[in-house]
Amino acid sequence: MPAVFQAVTVDYVAVAPMLIVVAGALVGVLVEAFAPRARRHGIEVVLTLAVLLAALVVLAVWSRDHLAVTVGGALSVDGVALFLQGTLLVLSILSVLVMAERFGGVGSDAFTPMGASTPGSGQEDAATRAGYATSEVFPLTLFAVFGMMIFVSANDLITMFVGLEVLSLPLYVMTGLSRRRRLLSQEAALKYFLLGAFSSAFFLFGSALLYGFAGSSDLKAIAQAISSSAGGLDGLLLPGVVLTLIGLLFKIGAVPFHSWTPDAYQGAPTPVTGFMAACTKLAAFGAILRLAYVGVAGNRWDWQIGVVAIAILTMVVGAVLSVTQTDVKRLLAYSSIAHAGFILVGVLAFSKAAIGGVMFYLLAYGATTIAAFAIVTMVRQDGSEASHLSQWAGLGRRHPVVAGSFAFLLLAFAGIPLTSGFTAKFATFAPAVASGTAGIVMVVVGVLASAVTAFVYVRLIVLMYFTEPVDGVVALPASIGSKLAIGVGLAVTLLAGVAPTYALQLAGNASQFLL
Amino acid sequence: MHSLITEGGAMTAGAASGISSLAWLLVALPLLGAAVLLLGGRRTDTFGPGLATGLSWASFAVGVLVLVQLLGMAAEDRGMHLTLWNWVPAGSFKLDLGLLVDPLSVSFVLLITFVGSLIHVYSLGYMEHDPDKRRFFAYLNLFVAAMLLLVLSDSYLLLFVGWEGVGLASYLLIGFWNWNPAYATAANKAFFVNRVGDLGLSIAIMTMFVTFGGVDYATVNAGVANANPATLTAIGLLLLVGACGKSAQFPLQSWLGDAMAGPTPVSALIHAATMVTAGVYLVVRSHVIYDATPDARLAVALVGAVTLLFGAVVGCAKDDIKKALAASTMSQIGYMMLAAGLGPVGYAFAIFHLLTHGFFKAGMFLGAGSVMHGMNDQVNMRRFGGLSGVMKITWGTFALGWLAILGVPPFSGFWSKDKIIEAAFVGEGWQPWVLGGAALVGAGITAFYMSRLFFMTFHGPRRWTEDVHPHESPRIMTVPMIVLAAGSAFLGLALGPTGAIQSWLAPVVGEHGEESPVIAVPVLMVLTLLFVAGGIFLAWRGYWQAEVPEVAPRGSVLTRAARVDLYQDAVNEGLFMRPGVHATRALVFADARGVDGAVGGLAAAVGGLSSRLRRLQTGYARSYALTMLTGVVAVLGALWVIQ
Repeated sequence: MPAVFQAVTVDYVAVAPMLIVVAGALVGVLVEAFAPRARRHGIEVVLTLAVLLAALVVLAVWSRDHLAVTVGGALSVDGVALFLQGTLLVLSILSVLVMAERFGGVGSDAFTPMGASTPGSGQEDAATRAGYATSEVFPLTLFAVFGMMIFVSANDLITMFVGLEVLSLPLYVMTGLSRRRRLLSQEAALKYFLLGAFSSAFFLFGSALLYGFAGSSDLKAIAQAISSSAGGLDGLLLPGVVLTLIGLLFKIGAVPFHSWTPDAYQGAPTPVTGFMAACTKLAAFGAILRLAYVGVAGNRWDWQIGVVAIAILTMVVGAVLSVTQTDVKRLLAYSSIAHAGFILVGVLAFSKAAIGGVMFYLLAYGATTIAAFAIVTMVRQDGSEASHLSQWAGLGRRHPVVAGSFAFLLLAFAGIPLTSGFTAKFATFAPAVASGTAGIVMVVVGVLASAVTAFVYVRLIVLMYFTEPVDGVVALPASIGSKLAIGVGLAVTLLAGVAPTYALQLAGNASQFLL
Repeated sequence: MHSLITEGGAMTAGAASGISSLAWLLVALPLLGAAVLLLGGRRTDTFGPGLATGLSWASFAVGVLVLVQLLGMAAEDRGMHLTLWNWVPAGSFKLDLGLLVDPLSVSFVLLITFVGSLIHVYSLGYMEHDPDKRRFFAYLNLFVAAMLLLVLSDSYLLLFVGWEGVGLASYLLIGFWNWNPAYATAANKAFFVNRVGDLGLSIAIMTMFVTFGGVDYATVNAGVANANPATLTAIGLLLLVGACGKSAQFPLQSWLGDAMAGPTPVSALIHAATMVTAGVYLVVRSHVIYDATPDARLAVALVGAVTLLFGAVVGCAKDDIKKALAASTMSQIGYMMLAAGLGPVGYAFAIFHLLTHGFFKAGMFLGAGSVMHGMNDQVNMRRFGGLSGVMKITWGTFALGWLAILGVPPFSGFWSKDKIIEAAFVGEGWQPWVLGGAALVGAGITAFYMSRLFFMTFHGPRRWTEDVHPHESPRIMTVPMIVLAAGSAFLGLALGPTGAIQSWLAPVVGEHGEESPVIAVPVLMVLTLLFVAGGIFLAWRGYWQAEVPEVAPRGSVLTRAARVDLYQDAVNEGLFMRPGVHATRALVFADARGVDGAVGGLAAAVGGLSSRLRRLQTGYARSYALTMLTGVVAVLGALWVIQ
């Protein structure tokens, strides 16, 4: 029978935020091509912020009333997707503000003047002298955000894969653009790319197996196939689920798929690291939530225990390895691994409360992380970032505000009450405890791992306040953009800790998947 | 309605409306003052003290408006609740913080803000030449804010926050002149002794949380009916421990005398009028618990009786005018505790005496401050004498306070203290005789030591040291003294015989029928006045007519014991400090060897594990990929095996 081509219907209001972002990215590319070099940076920053803001406004005002499974069932714009997309846009705005930081000409921005030049070459020097800037990062960021937005609303394995690649490819490039220690940065980008490709292969292979099992790549169809399975193709199901999930777990840095995280976080330009830690993690968790809850929840008793083991391993390894780190960025990388484990604990609770808790965690952690990395960009010695821990000694004496802010963010990472870290952990762990033995075991491990990481953070605070300052380490005065990003991050961290009710309710009300 | 109030013990509070919905301003205004003065630094030196005083008066104004609103409402509606803040509502665990505006809290609000504001004004004169004046006023404002939070809170938790806040302010102000090591030590002493009480209170709060599932007054009061009596008694006794610490009641009374190291306005406000009465507030606020547990209530009454005698005896031997007044404060709070321990018959009088005492004792402390101001900060009464001629206003205001505390009709103390003595004689068996007897004898001793203090200071021959030139204090100091003296004279008359205080507090603490004491009331009144007259006579003979030696004579055994506060420090040292030091040494040893060893070992183990795991992070993409592959194979393999 000849297939009849049916035009898919698109609910343009529902997908408008995504369209705005991708259109903005394309305009950004044109700006790169046609705007004069001297004004490119300014134009790009304004354009990017405007696009993200516009998308956020459209999402908050119009799209929220247009919950729909649309584009032929490829995208599901439901409460979860909208909440995560909205959070994503807010966090991206904060990240872009930090990326745009140039310290009013006193310091340098975080990006190499010319990504294509050989590190240490005369060409690089010439580009530096000419004052070139890599303003390409802004359209790249928009492309990545676009991919992430698809990722969290993808209702179909193929769409999910497209989202995965659209978000990953710009990030590989951005990772390699660091101004400082460029070789390390390029190495990190290459590693990230290779391992990312490796994990994408797992994801694709798993998707193929699931397609083989269900005859469709649609998550809903897979769920139906699982519940009505006669048993003939069951051999495809478990490996399919596991491989697909592993492809996604790679993105959140779950152990043992985490190896790229410390290298990429350390090598990438610091604002990009913040962006990756907050936004990539959020997008990947969105996809995991959707895959696990909508697609393959039917046979979760077969695969859940494996992910439970991964969650426990992630928390333990992340916490333990953070103890011996000597670099702030690597330390935060391992911290982000441990946090990924904590969030996984919530994901595995399989309840509506858990979805809300996980989304709240992602929001709180994202805001805290971006602010933390923004502060890392400010602390410098001889003009370049002072990321070694020893350089942070005594920072509290010279820059009490900067060090105080960072200490507060560290307390949030540690999960101390009256910070968002505590409420977020509470919101994710509570459903886990309610979910049964495995949940309780994970929460116990989680609390112990938190204790280990608390040691690391407090040690850093002690270092900042109770040791003699190092000569030449200064915190550059940040521009208004960075200050705004840090201020918002601090405010979210405090508010979500002191008065979390509103955000919790927002996340709770949004925690409904559309089937 | 009436019986329902008494039975339920506490009315249910409606939502705050009108000016009461702004009750948070009461706390916020002085807190703002403290914040501005402390954070603003030297920039606020010029206007800071004035600002602090103004904010304190503003808080008083809000208090008056709230009072007016309450008076305009029906008695049973005079309880309003104001929610401030909701924290994580997780399952059954709720943490809502709010304020409770009711007759009891408003009584305290008015006392604290009015006396507090007067003392702010007085301090403008008293502290005029102190280089740290700004810091002093910041602490005063901080104290007022914390004290208001304490009395306005709707739960034991928030009360505890205020409780610790006033403790902090008290500590900072006792040690305000901390360049003097003795003063710093006094501050530490107050701090340590209060820790004991605070620990009791915090355990009480935790017990309440476990027993009633909440720590707000409404939940606790509702749960009392169904609670285990033994638990209630435990809670009552633990609350009493807290009250003893804060209110300097036996056996936690030792800090109050040393607390006189603080500037005199502080002694007047914190260590006479307000903070030290917080224990009485706590007991009265928890009356539902105490009504359900007679044993704990009896303990309260006994503590009060012991303390009132203890303080009175100590007061007889002190030559330091402030320490004598401190002993008197202790004794008077003993009266209040006794009244609170008598149950419904005494709650209203406990609060009544607390209010009148707030006026006359604060007035007398300010008078003592005025004397010190004129006498080069001397405090030894043996070197005073005959000051009535040179400090007429101070003498007059002090005299009114003196008459009030003695319980001479028609001054304030007569109305409040005699009622407590009457109430103490109500009951059956041995209790009225013991408690009432203590109260009666206490009244006689009070008359003796207060008259002794008064005569030694203002009458008899002048025994001044050569370098002093006593003079009256400036207007800014005398005006607050005059206002407080007016209160000492007439407050009791206004509230006592009219029954106003009882009907005002009835919605909170319940009413009680008339019960007659074991001795007829007129007889009792005459007896009390006879005891008082006897006390005055003895003091007149010994300290006005007779020569007062400039150096204290050796005195009897009892005098010597009373001079050192009946050996309380020696007892504390022998019973607690020395064993404590030994226990600390043992614990430090155990900690260094055992706990530190374990913790250090654990940390080293984690660190070692970390170093080892770190080696897996080789930096080679190929080994990372291998790790991933291993992970995939392991997970898949394990799941297959399990399946």
